Amino acid sequence: MLRGIGYTQAFFTLLLRDLKIAVRHRGDIFNPLLFFIMVVTLFPLGIGPEPQMLARIAPGVIWVAALLASMLSLERLFKADFSDGSLEQMLLSPQPLSLMVLAKVLAHWLLTGVPLIIMAPLLGLLLNLETQSYAALIATLVLGTPVLSLLGAIGVALTVGLRKGGVLLSLLILPLYIPVLIFATSAIDAAGMNLPYDGQLAIIGAMLAGSLTLAPFAIGASLRVSTN
Amino acid sequence: MQFDSMSDFFHMGGYAFYVWLSYGVTLACVATLIVGSARQKGRVLREIAQKMQREQRLKQNRSTKQ
Amino acid sequence: MWKWLHPYADPQRAYRLSERLQPWFTLLALMFICVGTVWGLAFAPSDYQQGDSYRIIFIHVPAASMSMAAYMGMATAAFVGLVWQIKLADWAAAAIAPIGAVITFIALFTGAAWGKPMWGTWWVWDARLTSELILLFLYLGVISLYASFEDKVVAARAAGILTLVGVINIPIIKYSVEWWSSLHQPSTIRITEESTMAPEMLYPLLINILGFGFMIGAITLVRFKAEILARNGMRPWVRELATATGAK
Repeated sequence: MLRGIGYTQAFFTLLLRDLKIAVRHRGDIFNPLLFFIMVVTLFPLGIGPEPQMLARIAPGVIWVAALLASMLSLERLFKADFSDGSLEQMLLSPQPLSLMVLAKVLAHWLLTGVPLIIMAPLLGLLLNLETQSYAALIATLVLGTPVLSLLGAIGVALTVGLRKGGVLLSLLILPLYIPVLIFATSAIDAAGMNLPYDGQLAIIGAMLAGSLTLAPFAIGASLRVSTN
Repeated sequence: MQFDSMSDFFHMGGYAFYVWLSYGVTLACVATLIVGSARQKGRVLREIAQKMQREQRLKQNRSTKQ
Repeated sequence: MWKWLHPYADPQRAYRLSERLQPWFTLLALMFICVGTVWGLAFAPSDYQQGDSYRIIFIHVPAASMSMAAYMGMATAAFVGLVWQIKLADWAAAAIAPIGAVITFIALFTGAAWGKPMWGTWWVWDARLTSELILLFLYLGVISLYASFEDKVVAARAAGILTLVGVINIPIIKYSVEWWSSLHQPSTIRITEESTMAPEMLYPLLINILGFGFMIGAITLVRFKAEILARNGMRPWVRELATATGAK
């Protein structure tokens, strides 16, 4: 019986499927990461190599680059599934759509968010980030990048049926990213000045909790609208 | 009246450029919006009328061929 | 409970109703804006600190407050359209979006033109200006999303979802921007202290806020009617109207 598949099993099946597909197309993992590194490299070249200046702008630069990289990689979140029809199968399946969508977003985060978090300290090194800021950088990225994936997935779901959704996507979701950017960079700045930054972290955590509970429903509704 | 003369009024206590620029741009924006919105209806109706004419022609062609 | 509203869900009745309401909105808007602007420009006393430059307030504050109110109106319409599947609400939301964008732009522009003589620069990353700018981006996103779908039923749903996501985000964005600017800017100059405003300045301002509200209402009705006609091109009553204008 098809209905015999439990929610947990469906969730992990979809998660593993997405991970397997991504492992077979390795470029999908490496290209956003490469983009992230390239953007960060451009800033010292554009602004100048003074260590003090770089240390001042490092949190903002790393976070803006992370924002753009996450958006760039999100574009393909539903595209392949939409064009080969498996997205419609997902919409028709008896399991709740928000659960399936959550599995896809989680897979996306594991594939693009986690490598980004691993790479970030290296880029901090290049940008002469203060020694005491590294913990804050990692913490904000760990809490913040899932929020980016979740919010971005709403925009992707809305534009999945359109032929040229790329530029439109950035217009839709970048305004929604602003609060994450503000609190993340200020947490890293505060850590650089040896001030407590748990308040900012708590707010990003609250955003994560909020988007984790609400975004899957919005993504599901958007998919239903844009694929009919 | 707060101002002594007409030229005083236009001078705006030295801030004429900024005050009149704001009011002018506001007026221009609102006027464009209103004109655009008012024309929208006519455009929609004309499009529908054209569509109806096309349908009419199509129907005539079909009936003459049969 | 919804029974008395139900007849108005018929497009033709809604069209007639907005046709009947529109002159009133136009008249009230003209009256309030004329009185408020003339009073504000010519009769209100000048500010003891800012001289006559403060007279920009009579369009800046109405535009700024209405930009937010228009978004709330659009979001309410989008919510009704999404939840109860009332197409008229979708059309109303589509009608409000461009108006809100223009009003937000006016608020931004007049803010900049006021900032130049007062702060010395056209643009400061002040909390209110920044969140107004982000509001403009949200409007533009909704408009371009609505425009990029061929099928307007789908377009309205998609734009509606985006509008509602925006509504949840607006308070968060506003709060974060305020907090951010207080962090980066040692509070230097505040433009308006509403509480200390003299009544001779406050009354024209309130009148203009009302006037802007009616003006937005009037333009919304105009666009709403056009939207109804565009989405009901196959109905006989619309076709009659079309032949009437085509004959002219």
